[in-house]
Amino acid sequence: MAFSDTGGHDLRIVTRLPKSPTGIEGFDQITTGGLPTGRPTLVCGSAGCGKTLFAMSFLVNGATKFDEPGVFMSFEESNDELAQNVASLGYDLPALIEKKKIVLDHVRVERSEIEETGDYDLEGLFVRLGFAIDSIGARRVVLDTIESLFSGLSNQSILRAELRRLFRWLKDKGVTAVITGERGEGSLTLQGLEEYVSDAVILLDHRVVEQVSTRRLRIVKYRGSSHGTNEYPFLIDEDGMAVLPVTSMGLAHGASTERASTGVARLDTMLGGQGYFRGSTILVSGTAGAGKSSLGAHFVDAACRRGERSLVFLFEESPQQVVRNMRSLGLDLQPWIDRGLLEYHASRPALHGLEMHLSLMYRAIERVRPTIVVLDPVSSLLSVAATGDVRATLTRLIDHLKTQGITALMTSLSHGKTELERTDAEISSIVDTWLLLVTLESSGERNRGLYVLKSRGMGHSNQIREFLLTDHGIELVDVYVGTGGVLTGSARLTQEAKERAAETAQQQEIDRKERTLARLRTALEAELASLRAKFEAEQADLATGIEEERARIARLRDDQQSIAESRQADTDNNGSERRNQRHVDKRRSRKR
Amino acid sequence: MEMTEIGPGAASAAPVEVEQILRLYIAGQTPRSVKAFANLKRICEEHLKGRYRIEVIDLIQNPQLAAGDQILAVPTLVRLLPEPVRKIIGDLSNTDRVLVGLDVRPAS
Repeated sequence: MAFSDTGGHDLRIVTRLPKSPTGIEGFDQITTGGLPTGRPTLVCGSAGCGKTLFAMSFLVNGATKFDEPGVFMSFEESNDELAQNVASLGYDLPALIEKKKIVLDHVRVERSEIEETGDYDLEGLFVRLGFAIDSIGARRVVLDTIESLFSGLSNQSILRAELRRLFRWLKDKGVTAVITGERGEGSLTLQGLEEYVSDAVILLDHRVVEQVSTRRLRIVKYRGSSHGTNEYPFLIDEDGMAVLPVTSMGLAHGASTERASTGVARLDTMLGGQGYFRGSTILVSGTAGAGKSSLGAHFVDAACRRGERSLVFLFEESPQQVVRNMRSLGLDLQPWIDRGLLEYHASRPALHGLEMHLSLMYRAIERVRPTIVVLDPVSSLLSVAATGDVRATLTRLIDHLKTQGITALMTSLSHGKTELERTDAEISSIVDTWLLLVTLESSGERNRGLYVLKSRGMGHSNQIREFLLTDHGIELVDVYVGTGGVLTGSARLTQEAKERAAETAQQQEIDRKERTLARLRTALEAELASLRAKFEAEQADLATGIEEERARIARLRDDQQSIAESRQADTDNNGSERRNQRHVDKRRSRKR
Repeated sequence: MEMTEIGPGAASAAPVEVEQILRLYIAGQTPRSVKAFANLKRICEEHLKGRYRIEVIDLIQNPQLAAGDQILAVPTLVRLLPEPVRKIIGDLSNTDRVLVGLDVRPAS
């Protein structure tokens, strides 16, 4: 009718397939809304893969979160067993039954008690289901596992016809149904239920690879809706069931220019003076005991000092161990833990598969909402999966962290010189900053060195620094680079001593020369003084002589004057003066 | 008729003759329900005359009773007494199988 009204060319009027949210974390995301409303969905998988829990989560969440009461018709477990089993997920079935939110109906089919004679149908089942649905106004129905009927009743053709009728009847009732089915050889279910339930088919899987089990979920079919086609890991724990859509988010994340201190002042300097970019990913790789974890702890400590939240995933040590070890570096992390700024998650890599690790990390990150995440060490994940898988997993994790602007520091253990960059190379291309911690062996010692191998988007030091773990934290010192290679440790100390000695010698030489100069200057001055004294003595002597000479001349003149006066000479004074002068000159030259 | 005469005679060998309490579940007056009831009535008259009681429950009218006796298929005949409880599903058209189901006559 809608089509004829619009002339058949405006298809937007077609309403999108209505969906009923399952309330299962992540599942509604990958199905863009949940299960198809008013239609049956087949959930299949092998024994113990979580079919019943999936169905029960769908039902309980419907009753508690979406105000849609539900009927759980169990063909395997009794009501008490069911209630007990899901109590571990935090579902209180008796209370929900009490509140008329849920009806449990256990259908028990015992072949030994049943004799079949002649024609029959399953109207009894319809009546029971219809009664249960009507009694609480149920919108959701679970049939778990209806295939059990095939072992209880022998007339297959009646069964098949009746199941077909049942699924149609459920659709007519308009209830959203989940039908579980056991996985069969070469088919999705043992009895080929997928032929009858064709709207949506979900496959659950529980695989064990190298002794590590991972639960996975795949949407095989979802008629009329787009959906993720990947296999998604899911987990079942005390918080219920969660599917983890850990697909790569693409590369649309923003890039912050803000920096976060590394917690080591000298390292900040090496990284353009301010530390790591916020939201970037840092890889710290190095051999055993190179100080990778310590570097991580400094970063965390610095963050906590700024009042930021940090989350650390440990794959090899326990939190207590880390706290104790860091105390020896003068870092006390316990107060941060007590104040809720720092949280540790420790798990052995082999405890879960990669996917599960990733999932758990997502969950923890979601809950804690940290600004800093440390993974220590990512290389141990290689023990549970192939390198390519680890890389893929870490890429997804990094993408996830980047979209949230979380700075991540990963440590990675490299085993030896030849393998130094093998594992790291796999992940190095996805990190922004790569610090390499190396052990430098020389003169019978191992010492630690640190390089910045790369650091995207910032100027950084190209020099190797010696890396010291002291009782007051990490210290970076310059190393000596000479013809004999890089000197560290006591070789560096020797070199330092040598340089100091050389410096002292030079200083002494300078001092010696300065002293000589001073002595020369003193000598010069003494000589000058004696010369002056001599000069002054002679000067005085000569001056006296001159005076005496002058006095004699004066006396002589006086004598001549008095003689002339006595002779009463009348010559003028001038003429006699000149003659007298000549007379004196003659006498003087004669004297010589 | 002769068969019924023999019946009690053979049964008299047993120390106590127990009454059969039977319950027939149906869903509405369908041809199959009617047929099942007719078959049951006939078999009881032939083999358990005077030693049986039949209760008919229509699930359309009393749907809440279906869960109690674990009814799935209809028609279902439930033998409540004597113990153990036995169930016979179908329109009861095979008399021999009904008798086996009711433990009236050992299987041949």
